[in-house]
Parts: sequence; structure tokens; C-alpha cells
Amino acid sequence: MAKAGGSEQSDRGSAPLVHTIGLTKRFGELIACDAISFDIGAGEIHALLGENGAGKSTLVKMLYGALEPDEGTILWRGEPVRHSNPAEARSHGIGMVFQHFSLFEALSVAENILLGLPPDEGRRGLADKIRTISREYGLPLDPDASVHDLSVGERQRVEIVRCLLQEPQLIIMDEPTSVLTPQEADLLFVTLRRLAAEGRAILYITHRLSEVLELAGRATILRRGQVVATADPKAESAASLAKMMVGADVAGVERPAASVDGSAPRLQVRNLSVPADGPFGIALANIDLDVAAGQVVGIAGVAGNGQSELFDALSGERLADSGAIVIDSQPVGDKGINARRQMGAAFVPEERIGHGAVAVFRLSENVVLTHHGAGEAVAPSGRINRHAAREVETRVGERFDVRRSTDDPRASALSGGNLQKFVVGREIDRDPAVMVVNQPTWGVDAGAAQTIREELVSLARKGAAVLVISQDLDELFEISDLITVISDGKLSPVYPAETLTAEKIGLMMGGVHHAHDGLQAATDGGESGHAA
Amino acid sequence: MVDAGIITAIALTVITASTPLLLAAIGELVVERSGVLNLGLEGMMIAGAIGGFAAANLTGSTAIGVGVAAVAGAVLSIPFGILVINLAANQVATGLSLTLFGLGAAAMVGEPFLGTPGLKLPKLDIPGLTDLQVIGPVLFGQDGLVYLSFVLVAATSWFLTRSRAGLTLRAVGDSHDSAHNLGISVRKVRWMAVLFGGACAGLGGGYLSLAYTPLWTENMTAGRGWIALALVVFSSWLPWRVAIGAYLFGAVTILGFHAQGAGIRIPSQFISALPYLATIVVLVIISRNKTLLRVNTPACLGKPFVPAR
Repeated sequence: MAKAGGSEQSDRGSAPLVHTIGLTKRFGELIACDAISFDIGAGEIHALLGENGAGKSTLVKMLYGALEPDEGTILWRGEPVRHSNPAEARSHGIGMVFQHFSLFEALSVAENILLGLPPDEGRRGLADKIRTISREYGLPLDPDASVHDLSVGERQRVEIVRCLLQEPQLIIMDEPTSVLTPQEADLLFVTLRRLAAEGRAILYITHRLSEVLELAGRATILRRGQVVATADPKAESAASLAKMMVGADVAGVERPAASVDGSAPRLQVRNLSVPADGPFGIALANIDLDVAAGQVVGIAGVAGNGQSELFDALSGERLADSGAIVIDSQPVGDKGINARRQMGAAFVPEERIGHGAVAVFRLSENVVLTHHGAGEAVAPSGRINRHAAREVETRVGERFDVRRSTDDPRASALSGGNLQKFVVGREIDRDPAVMVVNQPTWGVDAGAAQTIREELVSLARKGAAVLVISQDLDELFEISDLITVISDGKLSPVYPAETLTAEKIGLMMGGVHHAHDGLQAATDGGESGHAA
Repeated sequence: MVDAGIITAIALTVITASTPLLLAAIGELVVERSGVLNLGLEGMMIAGAIGGFAAANLTGSTAIGVGVAAVAGAVLSIPFGILVINLAANQVATGLSLTLFGLGAAAMVGEPFLGTPGLKLPKLDIPGLTDLQVIGPVLFGQDGLVYLSFVLVAATSWFLTRSRAGLTLRAVGDSHDSAHNLGISVRKVRWMAVLFGGACAGLGGGYLSLAYTPLWTENMTAGRGWIALALVVFSSWLPWRVAIGAYLFGAVTILGFHAQGAGIRIPSQFISALPYLATIVVLVIISRNKTLLRVNTPACLGKPFVPAR
């Protein structure tokens, strides 16, 4: 990996590695990027900040050659370049780790990586190279695994390793840490700093302001397609950066104290075990968990440790023993998803497109999808009541500030954050007794995440039991009363949120959750416990 | 005792019945692996049949006939490619119209050739080997297209699993957006696949008019294009399974004739339906492996690709 780029860089120290001048991209009426000028120097870690829809993705896609700018120039080492496709950008040394992954589900990890390498690169030795590089950078991967069996977090590792194998001079990273444990993120930062020290530049897109403060040498902040500021993170605070990004002050989530009366928990999980689904699935083992009325319980964990299996078992997509799951004192473990909905449960899965919503359906039709089985007004006796569905759509849209370009658009027309607000809002609108959410704010901008988190807390305070599965620790600390950690299909004991720290949770994620002295004893637990 | 002559005769007819299916299906398999569904198989086959027959008749060379059959199939796939790949038209509708167009155009071009005696593709003859009982004529006495069909199966299988270009093709069929993001030219890959599929279908049709029955009759493909299409799906897009399916279909068809000929009293409708039933049952049984199915089914099959620029 170590390539002697340092001396070459210093010779050209004067011209920045990348310099954009007046870069503009329009999609119809919408100006996604409006005359963006900024530069990145060799060896620099440069943060790109902005809400969803601010134009970050469009900007980096133009740098990477996946989109063609309408106006403006890109200077690469001082020379104007036009990348008509990503392969050309790669040949200049620009690599990218995508947010919406660019992987092939049907192919193996090694095949996915091979496709990103130059055409003359053969398969021979690739598997070993992948193992070495991925271990070296703390992103363990099995080259023979099929991508469709991997969790979101593992898929991102594939993307990162693929990018690193291309020996890039500029690495564009779109929210790389959102699926990593704090320890893994720290390891990645070590890696990024090392890459920067080798003379490579890193363009780092994130929503997490603390990461910008920790990592970046400079930050460019975008709002509505324009550069609003280029800041020195050392001279800024998280609050001041957030203000520039949103254009207004962002408040934290207010969390009134939970008042849990002594009555039976609304959601009870008792000794829930589910066998692994497929060779790369995770088996759930003896899971016990109570969520009382008024409570938000958070489940932390690294992707691929049984979160999706647990969600599937709780929602009824996979069935278990009757008594393993109890909603409001009724055993439902062997009942399907609609039976559980009829008892007042609501579920929001991790993937909003394809699982939470159908992309080509209108929002009101997506309302029908989760509401019809619960015997609600949108589909009495099997006939769709479009009027009622539209009412729900409008109500959710207004209450959750879902920004729609037209009335009742197709789900695919919404940005990620807006659709997530809609998918969560659609369930909250039913006033559920039990709410189970997997990754409520994955890939959602700060403003939308704020709305979703506030609504989840207020739903609980009105008497619902809310269970949140998330890989975002800041989020769990912000909204949870109790936190537990899932690791290799097992749950740790449940701790009150205020007694935990990110470090402690990080250790439990690695499978160390026996006693408190265990937490202190194993200092490297977070790194070794979750080989893919 | 059944005498060896009958067994040889049956084996030979099974091969002749299976080869056109295999040729057309292996081409379609490559097309579908790239994410394109070409329902015009029947049309491209009939184009190959008349093209091959006419060329052989006019030049007196069956080799030229075979070449022209492949070219005719590929040429017919060009309008399909323009509509589907470049203009992102609906693949099902375009493919269906290609079949109708091919059948009509072939009937028109073939008018002067009706009733003309055709040339038959020569069979290989290796003295010594071909004279062996049963296996001699079956293994060493076939025409070139039969051998070519097996070479194509082996080559396609190797291409898809072992070569970088085959990996790229599978990647395009699995997710054209991801492929585009990586800088793979989705359209170029699909064009190559569609032309290859057209040429293979043309060869399959040419086999019918140059080897199966060296005569030109209208609609002589008789639905074989549709059977080849079904074989591709039921074989879960795996080349060797396509070969198994094609031969199974051919074998059951021929055995049905012989059973009737031998005076076994089975309703003829049942005999006609049997090849379909047997092929579907066998291929469904061998494709029970869900993981294999998920890995080999092209996820972008039939979806139009419009790159964002």
C-alpha cells in the first residue's frame, strides 16, 4: 500500500491536488450544485459538510466522473480535466467509497473488488491481497463471501477495501463511519491519517460534526448547492458548524424523564432463539428483553451481529415460539406481521426502499401497504379507500415536514431523509402500542434526524413501548432510557443509558459483557470480536 | 432384444432435435445474463433458417449457409438493440414485435424457395471411429454445428465464471447502476451480448433448414424459440443445465414418437405435452438450491437502463 508519493507531492506543493471553479449541475429546474469553487491539497483531510440535498453527492459524483458538470472546470494538479466516466477518474487516481453502495449482490467480495481494479488485473493472489489489506486497516473481510449475505456495515468495508486497492491519490468517502463502532471508527481515522501522511488527499463527507472536529484540516460547508463557508474546524465548535450547515440553530432532543409505572411491560421477549438464515446469517440465542410503556430502549451493536434477524423476529417476518414474544400480555411469537399490527405494534425496517416502502408506489399507496392488514380505514374489507389513504399521507406529510415536490409523489421521488421521515411517520401516525425501529436515521440529514428522534421520544412518553435498534451511539444516548448491546446474536444485560459511555458500549460490542471488571480487563475487545 | 441399430437411430434423432434448442438457448443465456430479455428468439431463429437455406442454395455451400444464418440472426437483433439498449424501450414489447417481424419477413424472403430441395450439412466421417457400433456415428459422425453447440456451452461456462469479461457481463446484469458507477460501459456490454445472442439464434435456425429438415417451409421453427427461452429460465441461467434441458426435451420428444410408432397406446396429446412436463420437472428439481438461484438470476433482467449524466 505504501507508495512513495510524498516527494513528488512536495515538488508540486504550490498547486492544489484538486481545484474546482464554478462547478454547476442542474437537474431540470433544480440546481443541485451552483457554481461551486473549492480546493483540496495533497495530504489534506478535507471535510464536506451539508444537509441531505445540499449538493454534496452531486459534487463528488462530478469529481468522480459519474456525472458531467453543466458548467465549470475541474483542475487536477493544476491541469483542467474532464472525466467522462469513473474509470477515467480512477486512472487519474481518484477513488470513491459510495454512500448508496455500488456493489453487485450476486457476486462475491473478491469479484466485486476485482471489478473496480484496472482491466489487466487478474484474480490470482487477489484473495490474499484483500485479506491482508482489510486486516491491516481493521476492516476484516472474507473474499469468498457473497455480498448479498453481508450486512450493511460489511458491505461498506468491501467498498472501502476496493477503493484502497486502487491506490488512489484522492479518496472520496461518503459517510464511512456511520456503520462502525467507536473503536472501528478510531481505527479508520488512524488509517485515514496514515493515508494523508502518505500524501493522499481525503475528501470526507459526513453529518457527524464531532468527526469533522477530530479529523479534518479544513471543512467546506454546502447549503442548497452553494458553498456557504470554508472553515478551519480547529477554530469552530460543533454548534457553530451545525449552524452554518442548517442555516439556523439546531437544538438537541429534549427528553423528559420516563415515568414507568409498575404494570407489565408492553413488549416482552423471553428466551427468543432463531436459527441462522443461510451460511452467513446470525443465529439469535436466548434473547430476553422487556420494554415498558413510556420507555425507549436502545439496542447498540456493529452491523451484522443479529440486528436484522432480531428485527425480523420481532416484526413477524420470521416466526419463533409462541411465547418468545409477548405484546400486551398476548403471546405472538408464532403470529405473522399483520396479527402483530392488529395488536397495536408497528415496525420500521432498516432499508426504506424495497423493505419499508415500494419505490414506484405513491406515498398514499405505501400507506396502504402497512395499514391495510391492521383493519384500518384505508382498506376496509379489502377494498382500498384512496381518500382515507390520501388523508393519512397528507397528515404524515404535514406533521413530519416531508418535503414533496408534488401531491402524493412516488416514494422514489423523495430524498432519503424525507422518505425516512415519511416511513417513520406513517407508523407513528397509527399511534402504536409497541414500536420497533431499525436504524431510524441511517443516511438522514441532521434536521430530519432531529424530527424523527423527537417523535420517537414523545411517542414513548405518551405510553408506547419503543425499541430502537441503531448503530449510531450518539443517537441512542440522545433518546434511550435503557441501552443494551447485541453481539453475535446475543444481548448484553440492559443498562440505564446514563451509566454507560461510548467506550463501555464499544467493549460490549466486541462481545465483552460479563462483569464490570471484564470491561476494564479487555482493552482491545472491540477490535477482535467481530471478524466477518 | 432391441437391436443396436434402433438405439443408434434414436440417439441420432435426439441430437438433431436438441441441437437447435441448445444453440438458441445458449445465446439467450448470455443475453439475459447481461440483463436484457430478448423475447425475439423465435424471430431471429427463423431469420437464420431462411438466411442459411437461401445462402446455401444460391452458393451451393453449406458452410456459407451456416455463416449467413448466424449473420442473419445478428442483423435481426440490431433493431432490437437500438430500441432496447439505446432508447431504453420496453424489452418485452420490443422482443415480441421482433418475433412477429422475423416470422413475417422470413415468409416473404422465403417465398421463392418454397419446395426447393435444400442442401444438407455434411456429417463428419472419420474412418475407423465412425464405423464403431452405436458410439461411432453418435460421437464421431455428427455435423459441425453439433460440435459447435457443445463448444459454445463449455466456452460460455468458462467465460462467465473464469474470465474478467464474463465477470463484467454478470456485473452489468446484476446491477447496471453499480456497473455504471464503476465506469463499465453498460451499453457496450449489452450490445455485444445481444449480437452474440442473435448470432446463436440464427445458427439454431440455420440448423433446422440445413440439417434437421433440409427444406424451407414457413414457420418451420414451430415455437422452438419459445422453448429455448423457457429452458434458459428453468436452467437458472447456467450453461450446462441449458444443455441438460435441451437434450432432455429433445429426448422425450423423440421417445414419444418412437413409443407411438411402437404401437403403445398413449393419447397423442399426452405425448406432445410430455417433453414440456419432463423438462420443467427435472429442471425445477435441480434448481432447488436457493442460494445458487439467487446468485445466478440476473437482478436487472428486463429493466431499461438510463444512465445519469
